[in-house]
Amino acid sequence: MKKLSLNALNRFFGEIAEKQTLIAPIERAGQVDFGVWSESETVRLDVLKTVKSAKGAFFPQVEDMVRFHMQGKNIEINPSEVMNEDFVIFGVRACDARSFDLLDRVFLSDPVDPFYAARRAHGTVVTLACNEPEETCFCSNFGIDAAEPAGDVSAWIVGEELYLRANTEKGETLIKDLEDAAEDAAEETKKAIRAVTEQLPFASLNLEGFDGEHLMEKFNDPAWAELSRACLGCGTCTFVCPTCQCYDVRDFDSGNGIQRYRCWDSCMFSDFTLMAHGTNRPTQVERFRQRFMHKLVYFPSNNDGLYSCVGCGRCLSKCPQGLNIVKVIKALGGDK
Amino acid sequence: MQDNIIPMLGVVTAIRTDTPDIKTFRVEAVGGGKCFEHMPGQCAMLSIPGVGEAMFSITSSPTVKDYQEFSIKKCGCVTEWLHQMEVDQQITIRGPYGKPFPVDDELLGKDLLFIAGGVGLAPLHSVINYVLDNREKYGKVDIVYGSRSKEDLLDLPEIESSWMDPKSEMNVHLTIDRPQDNWDGHVAFVPTYVKELEFTPDRTVLVCGPPIMIKFVLQALTELGFEKTQIYTTMELRMKCGVGKCGRCNIGDKYVCKDGPVFRFDELGELPAEY
Repeated sequence: MKKLSLNALNRFFGEIAEKQTLIAPIERAGQVDFGVWSESETVRLDVLKTVKSAKGAFFPQVEDMVRFHMQGKNIEINPSEVMNEDFVIFGVRACDARSFDLLDRVFLSDPVDPFYAARRAHGTVVTLACNEPEETCFCSNFGIDAAEPAGDVSAWIVGEELYLRANTEKGETLIKDLEDAAEDAAEETKKAIRAVTEQLPFASLNLEGFDGEHLMEKFNDPAWAELSRACLGCGTCTFVCPTCQCYDVRDFDSGNGIQRYRCWDSCMFSDFTLMAHGTNRPTQVERFRQRFMHKLVYFPSNNDGLYSCVGCGRCLSKCPQGLNIVKVIKALGGDK
Repeated sequence: MQDNIIPMLGVVTAIRTDTPDIKTFRVEAVGGGKCFEHMPGQCAMLSIPGVGEAMFSITSSPTVKDYQEFSIKKCGCVTEWLHQMEVDQQITIRGPYGKPFPVDDELLGKDLLFIAGGVGLAPLHSVINYVLDNREKYGKVDIVYGSRSKEDLLDLPEIESSWMDPKSEMNVHLTIDRPQDNWDGHVAFVPTYVKELEFTPDRTVLVCGPPIMIKFVLQALTELGFEKTQIYTTMELRMKCGVGKCGRCNIGDKYVCKDGPVFRFDELGELPAEY
């Protein structure tokens, strides 16, 4: 275990930023989101939930894939370079840290996605325990401990000190020059966090029946029509979600070549599956059902029972219609 | 390393007009030869930068050594563009994607029945020619193919000269939806014709066509005593990545691009009918 006075945090950030890009929760225009750190930025480690999740560090909202130049009937293809510089993402919460494992299941499974793999290889993740879990938090349902976040380095704020523990070689390299501290320095803080998470309103959701065995039963449940009635199809849930990984591929003619890029997309959008002859999900009922069936049934069925939800609760606070995965679990899970 | 999602160059070396809305494009690598090897039923992403990219089944058999062909119906942005291009146009291509028809295992030695409607012949064309080039490895072969009119029958010259050649030992049953002047062949919808032909349920069936045709063909085959485990089809959904990651072609716990596009009907029965 290492320690660092919170007063010295900016100096530590400065030292990291001399060698590599540092991404941290930064306040800009009244919102806190992960962004590139510089001395003039305000880091907000006290804010539990960034507006968007940390997934953008490895799966950016927009990412160049290949550039084309057209000349008559000929085409020149220039693939974009994958990430080739190290970076650190600091202040990732336990839920978002788990989302990286889930994204790994998608992008690092055969065939490996080269862009994502390069970012994962070059990134060092520093997580931060959640001293003040919020009412919308429900990570414990998915076996996530907000007091013991994963990552290359785990960190705890105790009073005016930040305690850091390296979990990997990458993590050790990052914090090796910091002052040593007692291994149990964060134990009281952990206990306090767990005492809170146990009491949260959604701490024990009944996920019974969300598995590959009950796929058709869940799919055919009449509750979907009522659950989805208010859905506007705005896609906000998808964009703030740490585990949503669907993407679109689009071309932009810059006037100097055509840039093909991928960008976040949402199965909540009406054109997501639209083909020349129509769509296989014609109404919002089917689109809404797809999003939650994927998270709670299809994904676990393909990934050793792991749910594609980490209980971060962003969708609970951001949906303009008050729809969310907790309502779905309550309506269709073991407590229905 | 980026090969699975970054395309390579292809050149269109021949264009054949098959029907009023279907053309067949021959694609080779720059400098000649195939862009990559494939198996019957597999697909490739074709694209013209600035217009878009779309998934197409590879129509030619892997036994064709020098090129790949794609029979493509004009029905959207990308296909409109492909239809107006000229020979020597470069396009981008990546693949092959998906699971092929099991031509080298489950289908070996079987009596085969191919059923196709309209441009649905395109993916089966690859299998039929593969079977023809390895004729001794398969039993009886029947092909039922129907379209709206005689003009809409895809590959008619090849069907008449090659598949209907007695040396091919394949029975071809053509049909069109409505009678017309220059047609003295059969007139019926494909599912009706399949029933009339009274196939015995010892065949392995490969079917492709419009969803409504597939639905009624399945009904007809069931009436004739066929089981779902004997029937294969190939599916089409919107795709972007081709490798099971962009999420678009997800149905149940399957991705059509990587777990399909070839499915056996008993496998489909375990999935939500969202296709």
